[in-house]
Formats: sequence, structure tokens, C-alpha cells
Amino acid sequence: MLENLFALGDRVVARAKPGEQIEAIVVNETDTEVRVFEGDVESFTSATSQGIGIRVINDQRQGFAWAGSLDEDVIDSTLTEARDNATFGSIDPDLDLAEPDGVPMVELDLYDDSVSNFATDDKIALALELEAITKDRDPRVLLVESVDFADSVGAAVVVTTKGIRVGGRDSGSYVTATVIAGGDEDTQVGFGYSVHRNPGELDLEHASQMAVERSTRLLGAVKPKTERLTVVLDPMVTAQFLGIIGSTMSGEAVLKGRSLFADRLGDNVASAMITLVDDPTNPKAFTATDADGEGLATRRNVLIDNGKLNKFVHNSYTGRRLSTASTGSAVRGYSSTPGVGTMALSLVPGERAQADIIASIDNGVLIQGVSGLHSGVNPVSGDFSTGADGLRIRDGELAEPLREFTIGSTLQRMLTDVIEVGGDIEWLPSSAAGLSLAVGDITLSGA
Amino acid sequence: MIDQALLEKTLTTATGRGGEFAEIFVEDRQSSGALLDDDRIEELTSGRSRGAGIRVLVGDSTGFAHTADLSEQGLIAAARAAADAARDGTGGVTTLDLSTQTVTSPSPVSVYPDSVAKQRKVELLNLANDAARGVGGAISQVSVGYGDVRRRIQIANSDGLLTGDDQVKTRFSVSCVANGDAGMQTGRESIGHTMGFELFDQYDVTDLARKAAQRALTKLLARPAPSGEVTTVIGKGGGGVLFHEACGHGLEADHVAKQSTVFAGRVGELVASPLVTLIDDGTMAHEWGAFAIDDEGRPAQRNVLIEDGVLIDFMWDELRARAEGRASSGNGRRQSYKHLPMVRMTNTYIANGKDDPADIIANTDSGIFVAQLGGGQVNTVNGDFVFGMTEAYLIENGEITEPIREGNLIGNGPEVLTSIDALGNDFEMGAPGTCGKDGQGVPVGDGTPTLRVPALTVGGTAA
Repeated sequence: MLENLFALGDRVVARAKPGEQIEAIVVNETDTEVRVFEGDVESFTSATSQGIGIRVINDQRQGFAWAGSLDEDVIDSTLTEARDNATFGSIDPDLDLAEPDGVPMVELDLYDDSVSNFATDDKIALALELEAITKDRDPRVLLVESVDFADSVGAAVVVTTKGIRVGGRDSGSYVTATVIAGGDEDTQVGFGYSVHRNPGELDLEHASQMAVERSTRLLGAVKPKTERLTVVLDPMVTAQFLGIIGSTMSGEAVLKGRSLFADRLGDNVASAMITLVDDPTNPKAFTATDADGEGLATRRNVLIDNGKLNKFVHNSYTGRRLSTASTGSAVRGYSSTPGVGTMALSLVPGERAQADIIASIDNGVLIQGVSGLHSGVNPVSGDFSTGADGLRIRDGELAEPLREFTIGSTLQRMLTDVIEVGGDIEWLPSSAAGLSLAVGDITLSGA
Repeated sequence: MIDQALLEKTLTTATGRGGEFAEIFVEDRQSSGALLDDDRIEELTSGRSRGAGIRVLVGDSTGFAHTADLSEQGLIAAARAAADAARDGTGGVTTLDLSTQTVTSPSPVSVYPDSVAKQRKVELLNLANDAARGVGGAISQVSVGYGDVRRRIQIANSDGLLTGDDQVKTRFSVSCVANGDAGMQTGRESIGHTMGFELFDQYDVTDLARKAAQRALTKLLARPAPSGEVTTVIGKGGGGVLFHEACGHGLEADHVAKQSTVFAGRVGELVASPLVTLIDDGTMAHEWGAFAIDDEGRPAQRNVLIEDGVLIDFMWDELRARAEGRASSGNGRRQSYKHLPMVRMTNTYIANGKDDPADIIANTDSGIFVAQLGGGQVNTVNGDFVFGMTEAYLIENGEITEPIREGNLIGNGPEVLTSIDALGNDFEMGAPGTCGKDGQGVPVGDGTPTLRVPALTVGGTAA
């Protein structure tokens, strides 16, 4: 499969005219999705998707075109469109494809044969089993709203006129369960999952337990009064916030004056407990990858070092514009030009487990989930306010469940108000790892 | 797109293993975009995606396969895969006679965007950039985006339906950053309609740009938003997001079937203030969520969901409607041929009330006025929802006073709906939106007149 994609990429790049730079990204992905409901298959999807993106730089102008097909005639017209689009771009002497920078790729084992060999009936059986054990786990489970199994095998290559020619395959699978639990007066929903590159290794018990716990522990939740207090973010919530903080560290945001940290390299921007690392070469990361969207090797980048702002992430363009170099952080699919972003964020963990952190808090809230994060955080100004639910922390112990409130602060203040970083690092199915994070002086808005 | 004989053959293959219903959805999507950022035309982009999704229903099971290969070989292979996925059926359709149904689009196109020179699109970006930067020296960054998409679809199913639609959408947006003593603030404006390049005969992009820039400047002066419950007046237009989240999702029949909505079983009951009439209307000419047929081939409809506070009906797709022995309401939509259709909103809005919007403000002693809303999210199971406010002001003694900073509002759908105590007569549709559900995004519109909710929780940071 990879050879076919390379061959297509090579053919496109070979058509470059004198002085013209061409980059081709070619991808192929095969997916299966099974959804079961009440002991039956509700839907079964199987599909193969392909696509190509072509970037052309000519006379210091850039154009791009993509297509969701690898048919020869489609590739022809895509190249023609990209060339035509380039004639309308602004002249920019800094436009160029990535130059090979000699950084070696870390060998990562991202592909597991077992996905391709896992029988259809076994996929269905796995989903049905997860539904069955979840339904019977707790009498308060009213309904297992949905259980999904999904797997994918992907292959992608990047070939350029600069001599870059990299590609790889990866595989993945996951199960999810969504549970509705009912109490005397209310119903609550909870979600659980398990992820693995080998579907045989999926942990149904974990997914089931997580979904049931997250739904049942919110039953009877009340709306809290408005106050300022300490919150403990559950690992999943921390991961979501890290993703947003990561976006403020993008070289593109810095270059274009959209990062609240733009002028602050070398400053203390966070509690000294905070060391924030972006490392796609860590094989534990769900989003681990050996190459970035321009075909450069990914690498470990320390963004905040013991509270001090150390580095932004760059692709080759933002690196060049800001007189530094790419950090191997070009992110993209085949339908876009390379952007800049963090790929596998994590905080260097502290010592203690969540329960021990909670034990040292007199009055606070454990934030189990947040909603409306996409509308509630402005990564340019740093203001945030997001819907939340969770559990009251009283005298060092978890107490009544809470709902229909928001937590708010600014990203800047939140980073400096961190009280403790948990030791419970979890590699989640996202581009950031989670751990428990205690933050002081957060405004909780409720009744 | 695909000729009738091949469609018939594909459907026959799809039901070859005993499917009760089979459908082929063919889509050819062409898009183009242009982006100006940091005073540069960064890129023009062209995209093309075409393929077919085939589904087969057996009992309560759906088999689905999609392919980008529209040759006979590709379609038959996908039909077999979908048939395999929905196994163990009985019956099956052996012969098929498709009859064409033509539905006139509510949104005729005057100027197809692909007929417009790219240079013209670039000029619009430059005009908007210059206008935004001209608003004031504090405007430190401007990004302007143009996009168009032409989506041709063809749908055939084993009930004999053969139909299609040609959907053209054009959009334009301006985002500004203003830099002040207390940090940066942002302002954004966007327009989008189901129409061609004639969009720009109706809108002046320089007006749009100045509005976005002004919004960012205004927010430089904003103080922290209050926290806790306050009386909230939602301005006309984009306030429709409130209803999209507070009850729209909860009225989708797939949630109802699984009892995962607080509105299940409540048809005929008073679920909202008697002031509220909520309509979902896919036929609204040129609105962002408009179409001639939905993605299952059903003509768009105007559906009254709540009338004078009483729940009239839910929204339905083919699958849920079949299970209930009724007709789809034209709400079966999908992001692309790679996705299964599900129940989705189209253009969702609150019909006009009787109050003068100025009186609504004047009769509010203290509270906030939300002029522009961002996106939102709802938990349909318990009805709790949030949405962002991207432009808001304090109301003091019946007057709009100082701007406040961004934040989320949180409320409970059923409670908020019943508590609405004033509804203006100034109905307007809001900015184009993308609604996300189960990983699929589809274009939707929403709208509302000015309205007041006596208590919504504002997630500010001011004590």
C-alpha cells in the first residue's frame, strides 16, 4: 500500500517545472464502525477513503488543491488547480517547502497487523459484550444509549521536490459506551472508552466501569452557589485545557500577533510546578507520529520549563519568518496546507494520586467534565468560562454532585494559580495526556 | 451523475442478501476558498470530493459502505459490502423501477461561484482587510476568508425514488484582533447563504469588516462579566443558538427513540412559555440550512415544533419515521457520502412576538444584553446547555451600558424555555452555523427576535 502511495507522490513531484516547488501528501485509510443497541447491530460501516493534497510554490507564491480520490485524471486536474491558485497568492519571499534538517526520525511501532486480521464477527461480539456488561453493572443504569467499536488502518506519505520522501502506516481501534443512569428525580449521561492499536487488547471492563461511574455519580446533582474556590480538574478535563494552552504556543499565532504569550519567551508564565512538553515521539501518546505534515522528523519540544516559557512550536514557514527553525510541528490533513500545532502534549507529572490531592482541600470542586469549551475559551485574549459538572470537595473528601455551573478565569491566571500537579498521568485518545490538576482562585458561577 | 440503469443494478445488488430497504447517495462536492491573513493573500484552495454511500436496512440493523470509485465495479463492490454488513435478512427487492421526482430548489442561483474570476475573490479579501484596518490603529491583525461550495447529490432507493439536488453556498468572514492596555480582544463577523456569488450584491464586505473591527475595539474596554444568575436579554438574530441548544437537539427523533431527551413523551404538553413558537424550516429561501431535498431525498419542509408553548412534534429522518409508521419530516441529513444520515436541524427559529425590543431593555432594571452569541453545546439527557457570548453589555436601570468580556451562559433547556417573559417583534436570522452531532457537521441557520430570560447563569469572573 505504502509503495502505491509513494509512486503516486513521486509521479506528481516529477512533474515540477524548472523553478517550481511541489509537495504531495497522499493518504489511504480503511475504517470499520460497529454500533450496537439492545443486543442487535444498529449499524455497520466499512469503507476505504483516499485523498491527495498538492501544494505548489512558484515565483514566491503558493497555491493548493486537494481531491478525495486518487484517480489519475483527478490528480491531473488537482495539480492544474494548485498551479492556477498559486498565481493569485501574495508574493512572499519566505514561502518555501521544508528543507531536510538532518534530524533523524525516531522509530515508532504504530502499526499492528491484528487490526487487519480481526474478524468482523469478533468486532460485533466485542461491542455486544461491552453493552451486556455495562447494562448489568449497576441497577441505576436505565439504558446503554450506544456502544461503538471502530478500527482504522491508515497510510500516508509526503513527497517533495526538496528530496523529502517519508511515509508510514498506523492502526488503531477503540470501543465507547454511553450510559444513561436514572435516580429518583433526574437522569444523567456518562461516557467511557478504551483505545488500543490492537483490538484484542481493548479493555471492556475499563470502558464499562468508566461510563457507569461517570453517569451514576452525578445523579441528584444540584446547582452550586457562586463563589471563588479551588478546583481539581479530572485528567480528561486537564487534557482539554492543555490542548487550548498548546494552541497559544503555535508559531503561527505568535507570528500573526494572536498569541497571548507572543512577547514572553524566557518569562515565568506558570507555576514552577508546570513543565509542558510536546513529544509526538513518545510511543505512549495516542497521536504519536515519527514525521510531521511537511515530512520532517518530529521531536521532543519543551514549551514551558518549570514555569518558564521556553519555546513555541513551528513549521518551516513560521520558523523561517521568526528567524528560528521548524520544530517538526507542521499539522495537516490532505485537504489543507501545513498549519502549526502541538501534537502530543503532556505535563511532567507530580507525585500524588487524585485522592491525596483532594484530601488536602477543605472546600473545592472536582471537575468531572466541561462543556462548551469551543465557545467558552478565547485563546487570543485568554478569557475562559466553560460549563461544568462535578463533585463538591468538602473537608478533604468527595461530597455531593454538582451541575449547571461554569468555571471561569483566564488561561494566564490559571497557569500561575496551579497548586498541584497530579502523579496520575493518563494517555488519553487525544493530542494531550491528562492528569489531575489542582488550580486555586477559580470563579464558579452558579445560583 | 450515475445513470439510472446502474443505480437500479446497484440497489438490486444491495438488497441481494435480503435487505428490506436500500439506498444509494451520490455526492459530487467542489469547493474553493481564499484566505487573507497578516496582510497577505496566503492561499487559494480548491477541493473536489465525490463518491457514493450505500445503505441497506434489515430489521433494526443498517449496513453501510461508501466508496470514491463511481465505476460499475466500485459501486457493486460497495453494494455487496453494505449487504454483507446487514446480513440475516429475509425478503429482499429483486426488481426495481426508479421514477424520477424533481423538487424545485428554494434557493435558485444567479451567479455560480466557479464562473467568477479568482481575481475578483481576491479583491474582496483586500477590500475587507483595508476596511477593517482603517477602523483604528488598535486593530493589530485581520484575517479574511472567502469560501464557496457546490454540492450535487443524487439519491435513489428501493422504494423507487430517484431524485437529486444542486446546492450552492457562499460565505465570507472577517476576524480582527485589537490590542489594548489590558491585552488583546477579538471581533468576528460572518455571512453565508445558500446562493451563489450574488451574495456580494446583497452585502458590502467593507461594512462587515468594519463591524468586526468595531466589535474587537469595543471589547478592549470590556470589564469582567458578572457571575451567577442574572436577567438576560438576548438580541435578535444569532440568539437562535439558544433554542438550537436549549431544545432543538432534544426534539430530534433519534434522541426521543432512545429516551435520551427530556422532551420524550411530552407531545401536546406545555413545554415552553406561551410566547414561544419554534419552527424548523428547510425551505427558507437562501438560508444557510436550506435545501430542495434532504440527504434521504425527502423534500424540505416547514415543521412547527412548538406552538404557543405546546410541543407539537419532533423532527424525523427516514429511519425513525419508518419505525413509527409515519413520514419523515425532511430532517435526514449527513455531512457527506461517507456518513450515515441522521436527524438534524435545518433553519431553526423563534417566530416573532409582540414586544417592542426597546421596551424589553427599558423594562429591565439590571441584567445583561447579549448582542452576539458564539457556539454552544447541550446535554440532551438532562437538558443542561451552554453557549458563548461574544459581544455583551450590562443593562443598568433599563439602559445598555458597559461592554463585558466573553463568557459562557449556562441554563437548563426546559426551565429556560418556560421562563421566557418577553419576546420582541424584530425577528432576524443570525450568522451561518455548523452544527456538530455524533462527529458530523452540517450547515444550519437559526434566528430569533429579541427576548428576555429572567434568570440565566452567567459564567463571568467578577465576584
